[in-house]
This record gives sequence, structure tokens and C-alpha cells, in this order.
Amino acid sequence: MADFLQLLVSGLATGSIYALAGLGFTLLWQASGTINFAQGEFVMLPAFMMLAFAALKLPLLLSFALTCVVAVLVLGWAFKRGIADPLLRFGMMPIVVATIGLAIALRNGVRAGYSAEAHPFPSLFADKLFDIAGVTVTLADIGTLAFALVLVLGTQAFLAKTVTGRAMQAVAQNTDSATVLGIDVPRMVFYTFAINALLACAAALLVTPTYLAKFDMGESLGTKAFFAAIIGGFNNSRGALLGGLIVGVCENLAAAYISPTYKDAVALVIFMAVILFKPQGLLGKRVERKV
Amino acid sequence: MTRNLLVGLLALAFLIAVPPFLKSYGIYLFSYWLVFVIATMGLNLTVGYAGQKSLGHAAFFGIGAYTVAIVMKAGLSFWLGLPLAMLGCFAIGLALGFPALRVQTIYLAFATLGFNTAVWLVMRNEEWLTGGTFGINNIARPSLFGFSLDGNLAYYYFVLGTTLLLAALLWGLLRSPWGKAFTALRDNPIRAESLGVHIQAYTLLSFAIGAVYAGIAGALFASLVQFIEPAPFTVAASIMMYLMVVVGGPGYFFGPLLGSAVGVLLPEWLRFAQAWYLFVFGAAVIVLMLWLPDGLLSIPDRLRARRHAREAAAARAAAAAKVGAQA
Repeated sequence: MADFLQLLVSGLATGSIYALAGLGFTLLWQASGTINFAQGEFVMLPAFMMLAFAALKLPLLLSFALTCVVAVLVLGWAFKRGIADPLLRFGMMPIVVATIGLAIALRNGVRAGYSAEAHPFPSLFADKLFDIAGVTVTLADIGTLAFALVLVLGTQAFLAKTVTGRAMQAVAQNTDSATVLGIDVPRMVFYTFAINALLACAAALLVTPTYLAKFDMGESLGTKAFFAAIIGGFNNSRGALLGGLIVGVCENLAAAYISPTYKDAVALVIFMAVILFKPQGLLGKRVERKV
Repeated sequence: MTRNLLVGLLALAFLIAVPPFLKSYGIYLFSYWLVFVIATMGLNLTVGYAGQKSLGHAAFFGIGAYTVAIVMKAGLSFWLGLPLAMLGCFAIGLALGFPALRVQTIYLAFATLGFNTAVWLVMRNEEWLTGGTFGINNIARPSLFGFSLDGNLAYYYFVLGTTLLLAALLWGLLRSPWGKAFTALRDNPIRAESLGVHIQAYTLLSFAIGAVYAGIAGALFASLVQFIEPAPFTVAASIMMYLMVVVGGPGYFFGPLLGSAVGVLLPEWLRFAQAWYLFVFGAAVIVLMLWLPDGLLSIPDRLRARRHAREAAAARAAAAAKVGAQA
């Protein structure tokens, strides 16, 4: 039982990181129809940026803040202007392939320009163990889970409660009506790209201490984030959180109780079940087919 | 129409005449390229003509390769393995089509991607069957009507012949009512359905036929490289095949020929950039998409559209001048 709870907690921590990356992915899709195959690389790049700032002897939180600024500029603004804006009107295929190209370029750019090795990354949380009713949990697990939850719920609240957030939702639901209502659509779409970049930075800060900074760390992370987003419901931003947590927990439990070699298949099995029985995702709304 | 034929003949002449002058690595690369042409021809049918999203094509490629390798390891002939691979891919492709009846676009893309991961995990973990990460080595090359295809050049011409045969079959298929049904499925499924096209059947068929092409390509691949392991059949490989189709021009008959050249030959050619070659490749793909979102083969269409626009502008100017002269 204690083992089970331990696995549950660390699974929740991993899952909350999937949720962060998955949430950004969902937001981009809702607001602009962009499917970002470089989502995992969007987490990998900030990790290396933080390492670069840390190499200048800056404290971790300051390098995180600087990385956020750079990420909003590069992964938010430049990505939107350079790749998403020109390609979106040609449908799904070109943007998918362009982001695949971007993923290849980023991954191998870091590999060639920085290093092919895995680099250790300072943890935000002290190396401390808690013993709660016989269950040992690390401060890092609890802290990661709490931090990620705060971010996801904060994003939720921002979208639901503020004027800007509601305008962003309006754009996501119906771009034309939003334009008619006088909402500055391009600006709202940019905000979405910026939030995606910030969530990616946060995910990088939380995940890299355990995954280590490596050029290909984004590969599996990106796939898990996609699965999380779809399991929860692609047209619902709460879905990514639910999906992420489910994937994280089930993966951990399956690795311990079933077989570690098929750990990566867990997300897949849940995903297939969801697709077959509730294609719109656990929390998603059904979309009617239109001529 | 005749121009298509001309392009095809020119390409064929090139493919027949050039390889004898190449070193063995060059011949190997050409064979490798053609194997991917076969695989992406199948994917082009699924993605480009029938408009489905598939990111699991490398799984069929792998199933084909492993089927042939396992059959040949058991001491049986390549010519038994090949039909088995085709049959297996057809059946599994049909099964993979079922999610496509439920979900579309991005969901379908990820369902197929997930399928690919599952197949890859089986290849990696089930050592008794697939040899796990050690793979299967010493896969022999087949012989055809008593001719040994052991030599690189002989095998290359065998792959070329198969490519031509499969291309001709695909050409015939696309010209048949089936081909029209596939494009109808892509352009407007609801309308196609109301016109009496059995869209469920055609969706499943587009996956199954595409899968058979990948299976054949996989079988040829196993005998070409003579050693297979799970690595060439990952999700990344599927994504790469999708990229080849889109870069070449989805829904263009010769798209896979160019797309596979970009995916297989361009990285080789970029090796002068050394460690940076994949970075350059990725950047090239982005630039290519920004420049030609409909793929390389949209260039002629684009030129034609530009010429029409110019002619129309000239006609307008002439008409305006005439009106001006009358006034």
C-alpha cells in the first residue's frame, strides 16, 4: 500500500508536467488551429537556455525569468510570425510538416551547437524526504505537483475570469464572431502563443532535474503531452490536466506492477480506449460534422 | 497528360542509365531511395488522395520487413515471405482503418502514431520473435527466375522493376472509379456519401492498400540492408514518411519520387555540413513549406496560375486601351 501511494504521488508529479506541455498544445490548437509537433522541443530549448544563463553564474530563478522573456519572443512571437501565420491558411498538412522540420532543426541544432551529452540541471526544490503515515515522498514531487497545479489552475482562472482571457476564449470558439465583436484577434492569438511559451518554460524548469537536459529530451515528452491533451479532451483546457495526471499515474503504476518494458504503451492504451469510446476526450464536447 | 508521360519516361531513363556509373554506396542509396518511393506511394494514396491522416506508415514498413526476415530465417523463400507480408499488412491496415471511421484529422494522426509505437514496442521487446534490439541479421537476397539478385546492381534493377510495376498499378487504380472515390472522400466526405460512395469501405481500403505498399517496401528493405532492428521503424520514421509525402506534393502522382529524394538523398548530400546536417535539413524543410505549402510539385501549377494571371492582366489592359481609344 505504501509503495502504491508512493508511486501515485510521483506519478502525479510527472503527470502534472505532461499537463503543462499538453495545456499549451491545446490552447494553440483552440486559438489558431496550430498543431505544434515541436512542443517537446519547446520544453527542451528553455532547459538549455536556463543552463546557458546559469553558466553566467546567475541564480536559478533569475535565469528562469530571463528564459521566460526570451521564450516569449522566440517560441511565442517569432514562431507565430515566422511559421504559424503564413502557413495556417493552407490547412493542416503544411504546418504539421513545418513544425516537424522545426523539431528536427532545434533538436539537432542543440546537439551540434551545444552538446550531445545529458547535462545535470539544478532542482528548484531541496533534496528532502517526508514521511507521511509510512509513505515516503520527496519534496521535489510535492513541489512539482503543487507548482504545476498552480500554473494550470492559474491559466484556467485567467481564461475564465479576466476580460482578456474571455476574449481569448471567444477567439478560440469563433474567430469571425470575435472579430465582429471588436476583439483584436491577432493580439489574442499572440497571447496564446506567449502563454504556450511560458508553460513550456515552467515545464522545463520542473522536468529537467529528473530527465536531465539533453537534445532529445523533448521527443517522448512531446508525445506524452499530445496524448494527455487528447485523452482529456482537445477542445477543453481542463482536459489536459486530467489527461496528464491519468497518463503520469498509470505509467508509473504499470511500470511497477506490469512490465517496465511496456511503460510507454500505457499512454497509448488509454488513448486508444478513449478514442474508440469517447473520441472527443473525457471532458471534451462533441463537434458536429459540417458539410 | 502527355507531359506526365514524358516526365515519367525521362525519370525512368535517368534511373536506368545512371546507377551503373555509381560506386556501390551510390547504388545502395538509389535502391534505398526507391524503397522509400514505394512506401510513400502507398502513403500518398492514404494521405494525398484519400485525405486521411496517417502517422503510422513505418509500422507497416516494419511489419513487411520483419515478416520477410522471419520467414527467410525459418529457411523459407523470399517469394513466400513477400505475399505473407502483403497479406499481413493488408489485414492490419484494414484494422487500423477502423479508428478512422470514428475520428478524423489530428485524432486520427495520433491514433496511427500510437499504433506505430505499439508495433515498435513489440519489435523491441519480443526477442523470441524479432531478436529484440539485436535484430535479425544475414537476411539473404532473393533470386528471380533463376537469376541471383545478390549483386548490388542486380538488386537495384529488381527494386526498380518492382517500383515501376507498383507505380503502374497505382496509376491504374487512380484512373479507375476507385481512384475517383478516394479523391471524393478527401474533398467532401459527406457529399461523396450522399452520391452513393460507400465511404466506410473506401476509408478502410485506402489504409489497407497504402499499408500493402509499405509492406512490399519493407520486404525489399530487409533484403537490401540485410540486417534489421527496430530503429528504422519508429514513430520518427513514420513522421519522416509523412514529411516526404507533403514535401513532394500530396495528391500528385510523382510527389513521392521527389519527396523521398528530399527525405533520403538530401540528408546524404548535406553531409558536408557535418554535425549540422540535420539542422540544415530541418531548416530546409521549414523554408520549403513556407515557400511551397502544397509541395514541390505545385511549382508547375503555380507557374501556370501566374501565366494565366499575366495573360488576363494583358487582356484587361488591351481592353482598357481599346475602350480608351473609342472614347
